[in-house]
Amino acid sequence: MRLKRKDLLGIAELERDELELLLSTAESFKEVSEREIKKVPTLRGRTIINLFYEASTRTRTSFEIAAKRMSADCINISVSTSSVVKGETLRDTAKNLEAMRPDCIVVRHSCSGTPAMLSRYLACPVVNAGDGAHEHPSQALLDMLTVKERLGGIDGIKISIIGDITHSRVARSNIYGFTKMGAEVTVAGPPTMLPPGIEKLGCRATTSMEDAIRGADVLMMLRIQSERQAEPLFPSVREYSRLYGLDEARLRAAKKDVLILHPGPINRGVEISPEVADGPYSLILDQVTNGVAVRMAIFYLLLGGAKEGLQEGVKA
Amino acid sequence: MNRLVIKGGRVVDPAQNLDGLYNVYVMSGRVASIKKAEADTSEVGSGVDIIDATGLTVIPGLIDAHAHLREPGYEYKEDIRTGTLAAAAGGFTAVMCMANTKPVNDNESITRYILNRAEGAMSRVYPVGAVSMGLKGERLTEMAELKAAGCVAFSDDGVPVANSGLMRRALEYSKVANLPVISHAEEHELVGAGVMNEGDVSTRLGLKGIPNAAEDTMVARDLSLAELTGGRLHIAHVSTRGAVELIRNAKARGVRVTAEATPHHLALTDEAVEGYDTNAKMNPPLRSKEDVDALRAGVKDGTIDCIATDHAPHSSMEKDIEFDKASNGIIGLETAFSVIYGLVENGVFTLSEAVRAMSTNPAKAFGIEGGRLSVGSPANMAIVDLGRSWTVDPRQLNSKSKNSPWLGRVLLGVVVKTVLAGNIVYSRA
Repeated sequence: MRLKRKDLLGIAELERDELELLLSTAESFKEVSEREIKKVPTLRGRTIINLFYEASTRTRTSFEIAAKRMSADCINISVSTSSVVKGETLRDTAKNLEAMRPDCIVVRHSCSGTPAMLSRYLACPVVNAGDGAHEHPSQALLDMLTVKERLGGIDGIKISIIGDITHSRVARSNIYGFTKMGAEVTVAGPPTMLPPGIEKLGCRATTSMEDAIRGADVLMMLRIQSERQAEPLFPSVREYSRLYGLDEARLRAAKKDVLILHPGPINRGVEISPEVADGPYSLILDQVTNGVAVRMAIFYLLLGGAKEGLQEGVKA
Repeated sequence: MNRLVIKGGRVVDPAQNLDGLYNVYVMSGRVASIKKAEADTSEVGSGVDIIDATGLTVIPGLIDAHAHLREPGYEYKEDIRTGTLAAAAGGFTAVMCMANTKPVNDNESITRYILNRAEGAMSRVYPVGAVSMGLKGERLTEMAELKAAGCVAFSDDGVPVANSGLMRRALEYSKVANLPVISHAEEHELVGAGVMNEGDVSTRLGLKGIPNAAEDTMVARDLSLAELTGGRLHIAHVSTRGAVELIRNAKARGVRVTAEATPHHLALTDEAVEGYDTNAKMNPPLRSKEDVDALRAGVKDGTIDCIATDHAPHSSMEKDIEFDKASNGIIGLETAFSVIYGLVENGVFTLSEAVRAMSTNPAKAFGIEGGRLSVGSPANMAIVDLGRSWTVDPRQLNSKSKNSPWLGRVLLGVVVKTVLAGNIVYSRA
């Protein structure tokens, strides 16, 4: 089975059955990471390039581990070590990499739309690992997988995404993903961090933290970047934290068994208090674990590993 | 001494309220007479060239109040020869070229250089001098000297005159030259790192937005300064409904202001950015449907005097890159007529309104010869086939740069011939 498309550029263009396929495939791959020998031969002989134009530890490592657990050869290129500093255009870099016949290029870039642009130049599949404030599809998939595991499904649940929605690709991908899967999505943040027309993506928007917390099954806290103070989108980290930070006092207004997600890296004491981040409702580390399985599923469904590879690998 | 007659075409000249079948007689580069075709029994003598315009439409040569010909300094994008070729192919017989060349057209020697390079070109070139030295917004240029050298207006186009005090003095001082100051109205702090219109589409694409207020506030400031000084103001590339309303009100108060809109702001919305097409990236950005509707109404009621291309050639090095990093602007000279004729065909404008905004009014606003086909006017005209369409093929464009959002599109309305001072400077097979 494969996806109906060459690339994974965003959640916006995916159908619900494609999302379900990605999630169920990821579920079946989870077990590989629990083995003593964490490797299946599915993508043996395939080459995957991680092309990262923006700093990342978690996402890049997760893609790399996913590739390696499927026996693919994985190469990491990050901006500081590549010829990008010599003034080569993105197109030239991509065409040169393609000339070495990779089977997939995973790209992260601070400019929205860059993976879409690359996908037009390249014959091999392109996976968006986060582009500007546009989309971060693998993050949304791992978030959906994490919620699905805990709640048994996504249909009908209520999720609130809280923080700087304007600059968040995680928010956009999750709004698309959760609404397509039948959830009710609310986004919340100060008015300066709610972009115009965000409701047209299918969610409800509010500036009230209380409103966002009340009745939600899942709270997703977004990292707040203190540089945004300079723009100025908020007056101080202190005031932001008082109005939109999640601590135990705030949590009392939430549903009893509310789940807490955060795409990381977290700012302890800013958008989330240490007690909540490390508390019983926090699924932050489950998200990271699921990230590997989701990325294995993405590679598998885009590259179409040999059928017996999966059978052997998963059943053995 | 050339002699030419254009026979049997539908002549549309809003300056004379003309729309009918006429024969246009040209002698020594000027219109010698214009006669109703059905009543014209004159014999055409030998040595007279005849253009049979039966089934075609003859309009005064188009005048572009806003183009970047890139010479001197950026000849890899465009030069005066290719830019005027593109103009002729688009039916333009006059082009005003902006001052943001390298070096900047902020002194008479650069103006003279441009005019020298434009000698024998396929269209007339009218340089626009800078408002401030080096476009830095600090010191005024020598406006009287620039005018003497051939400038027809002053503008720091590409960047706004951020300093309100300097803009006030520019509008005041330009009165010595009796030429308009063209405002690129944009409030920098509101633009910030924006790369497209702020709205639903920018939110969806995750691109930084530029609110309408970035233009509205600056237009309001410049109208207020024009009112204070009595100077002549022209607002370049109006893109917002707010700006249209501000200009309409100012005109009603008697402020000496004219304005222009581009074919792309009249024809496209910010939806064109979908797919991160850098040929839909320009400044000001493509706006919403409400803005487009207001611009169209502005052209119809005369609030927007001119349709100008803002022809902005860029090479693939500046366009075939990340959207955030790509340069602003598109080429427009070769598609302007067809794009606007498409709007005529859809009932947005009459042909007469379109020609008024693309020829009559720019001639009036900037004191440029032409813009009409009356006896004694220069024999500058475009002969167009309104029933024929063409495909915008990058290989067939005359401009050095190919940054057009209409590449591959089929457009109705073909410029078949362009006549400059009685000479055929462009002819389409």
